[in-house]
Amino acid sequence: MVPLSWYLIFSAALFSIGLFGVLSRRNAVAILLGIELMLNAVNVNLAAFWRYGDVADIAGQVFAIIVFAVAAAEVSVGLALVISVYRRRNTVIADEIDLMKW
Amino acid sequence: MRTELLIWLIPLPPVLAFFLIVIFTNKSKALSHTIAVGGALLSWLGSMIVFVRALGVEHLGEHPFESSIPWLPTGDTWFRIGVLVDPLTAVTLFFVAWTVLMIFLYSVGYHNFGQPAGDHDHAGLPPHGATVDEHGHKHVVPSIEPMYSRFFAFIGLFAFGMFTLVVSDNLLTLFVGWEIMGLCSYLLIGFWYGKPSARDAAVKAFMTTRIGDVFMLLGIAYLYSVTGTLTFREIFNEEILHTLQSVPSGVLNFSAAGLIGLLLFIGTVGKSAQFPLHVWLPDAMEGPTPVSAMIHAATMVSAGVYAVIRMFPIISLDERTMAVVAFIGAFTALFAATIAVAQNDIKRVLAYSTISQLGFMIAALGIGAYVAAVFHLITHAFFKALLFLGSGSVIHGMEHGVLHTGDHKVDPQDMFNMGGLKSKMPITFWTFLIGGFALSGFPLITAGFWSKDEILADAFGHGHPLIFATLAIAAFMTAFYTMRQITLTFLGEPRTKEAEHAHETPWTMTTPLVILSFFAVTYGWVGIPEHFPLLGGLVPNWLHEFVGGTLAEHPETLEFNWIPLLTSLIVALGGLTLGYIVYRDVNSPAEDKLQIGFLKNKYYFDEIYAVVFIKPITWFAENIVYKFLDQGVIDGILHLFGPATQGLGDTVRNYFDLPVINRFFGDGSADVTYWFGGKLRAIQTGRIQQYFTLALIVFIALGAALYFLVLA
Repeated sequence: MVPLSWYLIFSAALFSIGLFGVLSRRNAVAILLGIELMLNAVNVNLAAFWRYGDVADIAGQVFAIIVFAVAAAEVSVGLALVISVYRRRNTVIADEIDLMKW
Repeated sequence: MRTELLIWLIPLPPVLAFFLIVIFTNKSKALSHTIAVGGALLSWLGSMIVFVRALGVEHLGEHPFESSIPWLPTGDTWFRIGVLVDPLTAVTLFFVAWTVLMIFLYSVGYHNFGQPAGDHDHAGLPPHGATVDEHGHKHVVPSIEPMYSRFFAFIGLFAFGMFTLVVSDNLLTLFVGWEIMGLCSYLLIGFWYGKPSARDAAVKAFMTTRIGDVFMLLGIAYLYSVTGTLTFREIFNEEILHTLQSVPSGVLNFSAAGLIGLLLFIGTVGKSAQFPLHVWLPDAMEGPTPVSAMIHAATMVSAGVYAVIRMFPIISLDERTMAVVAFIGAFTALFAATIAVAQNDIKRVLAYSTISQLGFMIAALGIGAYVAAVFHLITHAFFKALLFLGSGSVIHGMEHGVLHTGDHKVDPQDMFNMGGLKSKMPITFWTFLIGGFALSGFPLITAGFWSKDEILADAFGHGHPLIFATLAIAAFMTAFYTMRQITLTFLGEPRTKEAEHAHETPWTMTTPLVILSFFAVTYGWVGIPEHFPLLGGLVPNWLHEFVGGTLAEHPETLEFNWIPLLTSLIVALGGLTLGYIVYRDVNSPAEDKLQIGFLKNKYYFDEIYAVVFIKPITWFAENIVYKFLDQGVIDGILHLFGPATQGLGDTVRNYFDLPVINRFFGDGSADVTYWFGGKLRAIQTGRIQQYFTLALIVFIALGAALYFLVLA
């Protein structure tokens, strides 16, 4: 059986890739994709801890499912915002959407 | 209905009538007087039932109708109030109920019910008459009183006070009734408040009686502090009376009983207008005549005498108090009679006569003639109410004449403007004659003779020759001025056009006259002394037996003596004859030999009081209290507060509020925030990824710090 640490290393790698994407990509859609990656890295962690902990206690799985639901809702709102911004300003580049500065 | 419950209910109908009229029916004159007269009728009915039942009880004095409820908690015990009907209450209730009912009925006619509203009448002024068009020519007829409903409301409240006072079983509720009547007296004397003289008279009456009331309240308080109770039947047992007699009061060597008796008596001096507080009663004639008849002749001033009669067991404990009572009474009787001789206003003569007759009662009480005092109280209430109502009827008839001629300068109350009214107003004349003869003590027939004779007989029999002589002279003058009044008013020829056109008043006014004249004659027959020659013993001396039973020791029957009887015969008949002889030809004040300035101006008592009391008090109030105390001291202190507070406020503002609160905390915090914001705004780029990076760096730094500082 694959040891728990492998899953954790995999999850950390996935999280770091997601974080890098969020910080480095210019496209807002791509930033959202990065966020999805980070969320799913967390999900891998949750599932792994459940499997290697008390199997009868299904809190880990339930939590993972809640994260799916929240992620789906978040993406739909996030994409809607991106589309709205694109219609008004003709761009999806995050650096150009800087109305909230001083 | 149980008698005790009935007694509780007696005072209530008039006060209900008062509230009904004030709140609901004051717009409707007919409804208002129906309610008021109906209330008086109910009280009358209750009083009569109680009276008849009281007659049926043997030894009512020892076993009176009584009932009480706990009212005020006083520590461990209760102060109880209740009702009591003993013989004294029963006979008082009898005359009060009759006179009150008669006067309520009379008021309907007196205030011209059924007549049109006046042409230019104002609330607060007597009605001036209305013009009506009849068969093509114009008439002036009497007009209805503008404040008709208010009058009936007031007299309803008054009747409540009187009935409360009579049925009370303790001094406190008696005092409550007493004060309600004082208020109503004030309101009704000032009923025509548009007249300055009525306003002054109302204030004068209120203030003067207040002097007496303060002393009375002191007496009540002292009595309560000594005995711990105010209920009559508890006070009048031997033990408590003995305590009262033996406890020294510390004032002029009086025992507690003597001082309490004196204080309560001063209350009566105010209420019953005895010397030296008599000055208010003549001025009180400014009120409408039914008010004069009810309040200032039959009931309220009688209540003063009733109170001393009630407290007789205490007052009689101290000889000096009794001497004071007897002296004040006898002196007032003579003194007021001398003034009455020189008065020309028909109501003022009666007012002084009332003062004088109340003096008779007080004097009778002062010499221990308990039954005689009660007897005269009752007969006087009947015949004096009759006389006042009669005088009201005369004035009413004269006002009719004044309206006919239209000469408003003629005073309808001045007896020298009258004359010959006998044929114009026959019912008024005959009833007034009966009342006048009762007042004079016309022998054998009238009630006044029997009661006055009993007082004189008691004064003589108990060895008070001085008081006997004083009262005999006063009785002579009473007969004299009464005949003067009758002669000037009714006999001879009309002296003015107005008197020629006077005519008889409506049935609502004459019926009470007839009923009251019935009592003015017959009430004397229940008190004929047993040993009186010929008549004595024909009718049992019911009054003596019945009323005497109120006292613990039944007063003994006096032996008959010819001297007081002959005296009262001579003074009554002599006074009447002399009055007729002197005044049958007198037609103007100038011909009247007795218009002496000294008497006419009432011994200048008003002027003396003005100089001795009113002027100094006014000066004191104006200069000391108002100018010095109020404007100088009080206002001065108040005016200091303003600048002081303002100075303090300025200091706080300049040295604390402006520099510390505003500058340091207020502006200072804003400045700091502004400076800090200015520095921080460099990082507000609006670029989401820079924020993320910053957050990540802070997160890592914090994490590292936590890890190395806390966990490691």
